[in-house]
Amino acid sequence: MNISAPFESRRGTGDLAALREAVARVAAARGPVLPFGIAPLDERLSGGGLDGAGLHEIAAATASWGDDAAATLFAAGIAARFAGARGLSVLWALTRFDLYAPGLEQAGLGPERILYAEGRDDRELLAICEDGLRGGVLACVVAEVKAADQTATRRLQLAAAEGATPMLLYRRHRRVGACPLDTPSLAMTRWRIAARPSERLAVPAIGRGRWHVELVRQRGGPPFALELEACDDQGRLALPAATRDRAAATGGAASPALGRVA
Amino acid sequence: MPRGGGWRPGARWARAASEAAAPDWRGADAGAARARPMILVARTGQRDTVTAACPAALDLGIAPGMAAAHARALVADLDVRDANRDADRAWLDRLALHAARHWTPSAAVAGEDGLWLDIGGTAHLFGGEARFSARLCRFLARLGFTARIAVAGTPGAAHALARFGGAPIRLLSAGEEAEALAPLPLAALRLAPGALAAARRFGLERVGDLYPMPRGPLARRLGRGAVERLDQARGFAPEPFAPVVPFETPEARRQLLEPIGTAEAIGAVIDDLLRDLLAELERQGLGLRLALLRCATLDRGEQRVTIGAARATRDAAHLRRLFGLRIDRIEPGLGIEAMMLAALEVEPLAPAMIDAALDGRAQGRDLAPLVDQLAGRAGEAALFRLASVESDVPERAVARAAPLASPPGWPAWPRPVRILSRPEPLQGVMALLPDHPPRRFAWRGRTYRIVAGDGPERIHGEWWRRPREMWAVRDYFRVEADTGERFWLFRRGDGLDEQSGDLSWFMHGVFG
Repeated sequence: MNISAPFESRRGTGDLAALREAVARVAAARGPVLPFGIAPLDERLSGGGLDGAGLHEIAAATASWGDDAAATLFAAGIAARFAGARGLSVLWALTRFDLYAPGLEQAGLGPERILYAEGRDDRELLAICEDGLRGGVLACVVAEVKAADQTATRRLQLAAAEGATPMLLYRRHRRVGACPLDTPSLAMTRWRIAARPSERLAVPAIGRGRWHVELVRQRGGPPFALELEACDDQGRLALPAATRDRAAATGGAASPALGRVA
Repeated sequence: MPRGGGWRPGARWARAASEAAAPDWRGADAGAARARPMILVARTGQRDTVTAACPAALDLGIAPGMAAAHARALVADLDVRDANRDADRAWLDRLALHAARHWTPSAAVAGEDGLWLDIGGTAHLFGGEARFSARLCRFLARLGFTARIAVAGTPGAAHALARFGGAPIRLLSAGEEAEALAPLPLAALRLAPGALAAARRFGLERVGDLYPMPRGPLARRLGRGAVERLDQARGFAPEPFAPVVPFETPEARRQLLEPIGTAEAIGAVIDDLLRDLLAELERQGLGLRLALLRCATLDRGEQRVTIGAARATRDAAHLRRLFGLRIDRIEPGLGIEAMMLAALEVEPLAPAMIDAALDGRAQGRDLAPLVDQLAGRAGEAALFRLASVESDVPERAVARAAPLASPPGWPAWPRPVRILSRPEPLQGVMALLPDHPPRRFAWRGRTYRIVAGDGPERIHGEWWRRPREMWAVRDYFRVEADTGERFWLFRRGDGLDEQSGDLSWFMHGVFG
């Protein structure tokens, strides 16, 4: 026993090194990572941010219009930050046009940054997205779909990896009460966004919006949920003020008080 | 004599002087035009001058060059319209191009109201000068022009006879120029205004008056230009002109030994055609915008495929990919025996400087190939950008723009991320007038309790679009429900004035 223990531990360290090497290899195969710039969020994301060559899914928590808008703006903010980092255009593909471009500009996606594609149905939309991803000249591709099966997500994921372009798949609600993220998918991350009441101000006016951001699933990490402030005119999210203060007081992002999992 | 200028001894000159103002008359009802004399006026400096007059007006004593006020004083019931010189010029250019394509290799626009056609060597193709002139006259009459044609050995003589000869068609045999020109006024020689004034002082009125004068004193009195014009009209000096060069559509063509029918074979031929066409375009410094591929099938049918590029390009691989998306739309039938590729629309494409390549900044890659590819898949209308329109009414502030445009943005007022294309009415609204957001309302069967609101942002109707919007007002509010949803509502009317609206509430958009 007293011989085997160091042997065991030596073998263990060797395995660990090999595993680390394998992980580093996989990580190198991934695209550039876009961090959110919010410590509690980035620390819990495997890779420290959103994979710049992968598929990410976003859906509203409920079928209500307010959650839908919050999720849209969440996607727009991410797309704006991808576009800002690379100085390129974003392709926004959809079948039913009800976006309001001035509102998107206020999330950092100005009219010179965003190219719209209107497809006849989801199939054509996904084909457009694949072309856009493989082209590799776009900062990001956003698609609003009602349905995309596992094969479609696999194709998108492969196309995103090939063109080193991130793909944001915005899943719309089809039926009340059924979450669109229930269908299996090969996305790197899957987000569920809900609008929350904002902080009441001293005057009878509206403050910055607040969202309940839930990471339902991610590759290489556990799910979690956070309450965040809506994105600003550069597409950046922020921690709510009270949480920010608490994080400073307890010394960092690792504090368990941070992510109040709902 | 050099051939380059288009002049050669003995050339026959046809000169079609058309009424430049005719296009404007064509629009007018013929009967009305007869009933009411019409003139065209153009502003020169401080006064309006008559540039053209219809036959009825000419009969009443109005002449081009007269002051418009004078013409109005002469004829009370006068139809006065503005001259459109650009449109006249465009018509002349089109006619010159037509002439160069159909009748003669060298044709040009002469002055503001005429065309030169060098018909030496081509008139016999149309049955001789007389028949050609008659045919030309009929052609122009069909277009609505009144033409006067003179055929002479020199451009100067043809010019003079067409304008001052008095006959609609005047044919002059070789060597008769001096004799035919002699009775015409000096203005027929296209002399400078100063020379004309000087000639009037010396008592010279007719072209014939100049013939007996010695050349030295003539040049001293009227200037060298006058002597040159006289020589040109009589054929002693050359008068070259620059003919218009019609543009030919670059085209490549392959006749096939064996009929083909497979996609691979068609693709291979497209490769060959593209190579030929792009080499030709490169030689001319042009880029392709729109290409048409025609496939002649054995059963005398024709298959057509068109591709368009968002930006002029000579990239063979890119164009091949665009055709590749469409090959399945070609139905070879019994087989294709010939294929033609034509560049229907081309644009100059010169090497461009790469900006920001050296200073290390992130360089935007070219979006045009991807736009073409997506347009090939989903249709050209499916790809667009949104540009701002100068309007405060939210649904009018957005317009579609080209996919490669770089449109300006909007003012930074708070705007929702999604809007309803048609605002929906709210029920059970409880709100304080005139400028408070609602406390509660019902929409789509749900009741919302409002905890906070911003506003109003007042937007006035655009009376210049619709008279109904003269007094219309919308007061927009941003409100937050107790569930955290944020809506963009508006109330019709300002709450004070009945005319501004009926105080009904509407849902218009949602904020994130």
